[in-house]
Amino acid sequence: MTLHYDVPGDDMSLAGKASTEVKRALSRLGVNPAELKRVAVAMYEAEMNMVIHAGGGVANATIEPDKVTVVLEDSGPGIQDLDMAMQEGFSTAPERMRELGFGAGMGLPNMKRNSDYLDIDTEPGRGTRVTIVVRLGTPTGPDA
Amino acid sequence: MTVREIAKILDAELITGESLLDTDLAAACGADLMSDVMAFVKDGVVLLTGLVNPQAIRTADLMDIRVVVFVRGKHPSKDMVAEATSNGMALLATDYTMFVACGRLYEAGLRSSGTRAPRAS
Ligand SMILES: Nc1ncnc2c1ncn2[C@@H]1O[C@H](COP(=O)(O)OP(=O)(O)OP(=O)(O)O)[C@@H](O)[C@H]1O
Ligand SMILES: [Mg+2]
Repeated sequence: MTLHYDVPGDDMSLAGKASTEVKRALSRLGVNPAELKRVAVAMYEAEMNMVIHAGGGVANATIEPDKVTVVLEDSGPGIQDLDMAMQEGFSTAPERMRELGFGAGMGLPNMKRNSDYLDIDTEPGRGTRVTIVVRLGTPTGPDA
Repeated sequence: MTVREIAKILDAELITGESLLDTDLAAACGADLMSDVMAFVKDGVVLLTGLVNPQAIRTADLMDIRVVVFVRGKHPSKDMVAEATSNGMALLATDYTMFVACGRLYEAGLRSSGTRAPRAS
């Protein structure tokens, strides 16, 4: 099953909704809370980065029995120095974004910590594609 | 410490989440930057924040944080309250600043913070 979302870059009232919906879907499928949280956190950070840094994009979450794969793609400015961006505390978020609660520089580290596989394909001027895989080990629900 | 006790200690108004009043919380997290909250591991957490926007509610929800206290007299919008209510969360508002709100809870015995998740390698 693949869930598709258009993530607008100019409407904060919607930002984060895609991740919330994926979490609900996984919960209904009986995925255990710890794994669910890892998917939710990793996807949310990537979703918010698309909104904050790249003017929005698209997200696709593919749910299989043994893993969840989320691909988030934008046509934003790309990431200049990925190694630097992966460091805890590194952020280019302007003051205006800090007032909205972004810019701790913890998003990419949080994605890394919560995924079993993380790939960031980025090119300055072209955009960024983030692929997150979280393996599912222990289904608990009735329809799992 | 229950949500009811927290409300009393912070002279806080309960905006939504009556049914959580007797829920017991073990730890607190005070943050205005939401990725800091997401770098945090602990169950039974109350989030104190000065950030009043839908992302505060969504971050809490994704982290399974059921109780959020808005500090410095800030109040959530109707839409935020509706979203929190449908998520089964409790929202409180206090006039105290972040520093004083955290201090009062600490003094009253809520001493545990979450642990910082280990560094991503
Ligand atoms: N999709 C993206 N497009 C362009 N730049 C990005 C993108 N994602 C991340 N970046 C760059 O990488 C930096 C680090 O990202 P990270 O998510 O770790 O921190 P942040 O978004 O600045 O703050 P936080 O996530 O803690 O709110 C960003 O400040 C930005 O410069
Ligand atoms: Mg980020």
